[in-house]
Amino acid sequence: MADPVLTFTDRGIFCPAGGFHIDPWRPVPRALITHGHSDHARPGMGSYLATHQALPVIRRRLGPITAEGIAYGEVRPIGGARVSFHPAGHVPGSAQIRVEVAGEVWVVSGDYKTEPDGLAEAFQPVTCHSFITECTFGLPVFRWQPQPQVMASIADWWQANAAAGKMSILGAYSFGKAQRLLAGLPDLGPILTHGAVEDMTEVLRAQGYRLPATIRATADTSAKTHPGALVIAPPSALGSAWANRLGPAEAAFVSGWMAVRGIRRRRALGTGFVLSDHADWAGLDAAITATGAERVFVTHGYTAPFRRWLESRGYDAGIVETRFTGDDPDDTPPDLPPDATHEAAPDTATNAAADGGAA
Amino acid sequence: MNRFATLFAALDGTTKTGVKTRALADYFRAAPEADRVWTIALLTGRRPRRAVTSTELHLWAAEAAGIPDWLFEESYSVVGDLAETIALLLPPAEATADLGLDAAIRGLIRLTGQPVEARRAAVLATWGQLPATERFLYNKLLTGGFRMGVAQGLLTRALSLATGVEEATLAHRLMGDWDPASTRFSALIDGDAGGDARPFPFALASPLEAGAETLGQPEDWLAEWKWDGIRGQLIARPGTFALWSRGEELVTDRFPEFGPLADFLPPGTVIDAEVLAWDQAANRPLPFAALQRRIGRKTVPKALLAEAPARLLAYDLLEDGGTDIRDRPLSQRRARLEAIIAALPPSLSPSLSPGLPLTLSPSLTFQTWESLARIRATAREHEAEGVMLKRATSPYFTGRKRGDWWKWKLDPYTVDAVLLYAQAGHGRRANLFTDFTFGVRDGNDLVPFTKAYSGLTDAEFGEITRWVQRHTLERYGPVRKVPAELVFEIGFEGIQESPRHKSGIALRFPRMLRWRRDKGVAEIDTLASLRALLRAAD
Repeated sequence: MADPVLTFTDRGIFCPAGGFHIDPWRPVPRALITHGHSDHARPGMGSYLATHQALPVIRRRLGPITAEGIAYGEVRPIGGARVSFHPAGHVPGSAQIRVEVAGEVWVVSGDYKTEPDGLAEAFQPVTCHSFITECTFGLPVFRWQPQPQVMASIADWWQANAAAGKMSILGAYSFGKAQRLLAGLPDLGPILTHGAVEDMTEVLRAQGYRLPATIRATADTSAKTHPGALVIAPPSALGSAWANRLGPAEAAFVSGWMAVRGIRRRRALGTGFVLSDHADWAGLDAAITATGAERVFVTHGYTAPFRRWLESRGYDAGIVETRFTGDDPDDTPPDLPPDATHEAAPDTATNAAADGGAA
Repeated sequence: MNRFATLFAALDGTTKTGVKTRALADYFRAAPEADRVWTIALLTGRRPRRAVTSTELHLWAAEAAGIPDWLFEESYSVVGDLAETIALLLPPAEATADLGLDAAIRGLIRLTGQPVEARRAAVLATWGQLPATERFLYNKLLTGGFRMGVAQGLLTRALSLATGVEEATLAHRLMGDWDPASTRFSALIDGDAGGDARPFPFALASPLEAGAETLGQPEDWLAEWKWDGIRGQLIARPGTFALWSRGEELVTDRFPEFGPLADFLPPGTVIDAEVLAWDQAANRPLPFAALQRRIGRKTVPKALLAEAPARLLAYDLLEDGGTDIRDRPLSQRRARLEAIIAALPPSLSPSLSPGLPLTLSPSLTFQTWESLARIRATAREHEAEGVMLKRATSPYFTGRKRGDWWKWKLDPYTVDAVLLYAQAGHGRRANLFTDFTFGVRDGNDLVPFTKAYSGLTDAEFGEITRWVQRHTLERYGPVRKVPAELVFEIGFEGIQESPRHKSGIALRFPRMLRWRRDKGVAEIDTLASLRALLRAAD
């Protein structure tokens, strides 16, 4: 029997026919990258291939690299494989990667969400035989409200804080979630950004993504200079000296994990808004069904129960272990549910926690 | 429950007590009267009886959500709270109705004792018409565990803001045995509820962290042992005899030996005391474990009454001849207390009966702080945890007020032990490994000897959680076995023989004092050294 289209190695997902890895976590000669989050785009690869839309962020984060862009839907032969990238709806530029070898099609989802967010290229299901899907929120307790509803509650909160003479600080992942908020919130006043957020916003704005004007928060900006402003900062900045300097403010964390009260309370923040760049339970289900795949591998998240669920629904399901330790403090909020997986695999749990940063 | 849900969201959405107090006060001004009474009841731990079991809720919710039982369990273990798990799993309500808090609770009370089909239908119907937060709160009412982050002090402050009645007065009026289903808000606030057995709010001491010499002149202070029993308030009023625990639980029936006191105490007497299991022969307290056997039982078998007879050691007098004397100085109250106890009849036949089970908690005489420190050092020989210091002029205040009453406990015993097993907590600690089993060395083996759950920071628990996930050796249900590598300093207040435990010992109040990152498993303590403590304690 021929090699499977994709195999799972200690460096990541590998395509024997094409000689490339997808989102590898250790240096390899040739890496195909689904998107720019640091648990997927890692340094040290011989060469990188990602969508034209994803590359600027990857370059900004990794520095000088040998990299090439590809358009969504463009088919490129690599060795014995035919490869194409398709929108994943996770963050701007994010992709699912389709790999076809001798007529057999596998798709690696990367991270994805099914609801269009108005900024990232909207998710498109890709028909395949085998689907490797993330399942960060692969439990039925995770059910997202439609984005307009969440944005409306954030807007109400911002307005109420402004009326009380306070700033509103939103803790949001600096690439993706932060810009999604910028694009989705109504214009209710000035918006200040933490340096980490502003860096990513500048890159995306230069690419042509439509984002409102923002002001980089400096030592000279505060509630005095910008009364009633919204501040967007990485979660790690909440409660820090940086945030305290701003003056009277309310803080809230924006993440899918905020759906669980215990996790929200552990951050002692009080307010949390449930908004995720990952698919919820129904989204995962819909996406998997839409691929028409018979075989599904799950990774990143509640892998054991999710696989069991898929098996009970007649899928041939397996688990792909991931090995990633967060090196970007933005990636790993201090206390997200570390036990996101019930697998004994040593590092999956850390991985899930790290992933939570992008949740 | 719309208004109640708004209140809950406001309380839950902040950690600032000022904001909580205002939200609660606003609620007490505007909510329907019956809802206010229920809210006070829930916040003071008065809950309606459970109409359904957790197992039934599991079953009905999994069915309504269309998921298999195992998936329900997986979800529950991640969410860590049954009420919330169900609220998250159920499909969104199709049509929502505004069910008032009073109506919701009365509905639940009516369900109690009904056949399972009727209860199931009623719960499913209610789920089907409640929005998410209300549904979570309704489930909290069903499961009975209500914590809203509102301490008693915050509740009375808010109620005081809303009604204009003084806080300490309210704290007293909210005590006692009132039934929220039949109590009017006005009666509760005006003090007409609570009945004849209504206790006074307990005065609480603060831990003395600085040295005793910071308290000024020794002669301004009264000292006594800090007993290791349960705090109680004994009420003897005409036609009423009651013993309240510090948790405002009526425990009169659990201590039948106190019954005769009703006949001998002057009418209108309220005494603050410690309930202890007593060694009649040695005339000293039995270890806490003996009392523990009594606390758990609603009715007490004769043998247990003989093995662990209870006694009250009186600290303070709050009501004298029907007059509330809490405002008088402690020295005066104490003098009256001594007089009342001295007037009790002595045992007619000491060989057969040891007399009435109420004696004075003795005052400790000391001239200087150094001499008190020496007395304190002998506390364990008296089965005490340390000494209490009370300012002679202090009133019997409501709750915890720093400055007049101090508890000066002995430093805990300590032992260095290694983490062997870890388990995740619940609620706020779901998904965090916080419940640990520790071992000490016994020859070449490591023997588990205690569990501990507290004493570390959230950051440390987070770090240990990540370590546990990466180092799990085996799983037994929710319990993970880990390599014996992490060493902790465990503090505890006492140690006893325990045939029920593999190690043969049981600790009192074990908790983690420190994570000893500087120590390895080779440096932990031995079972022999713990056993030596056991002999020293005897």
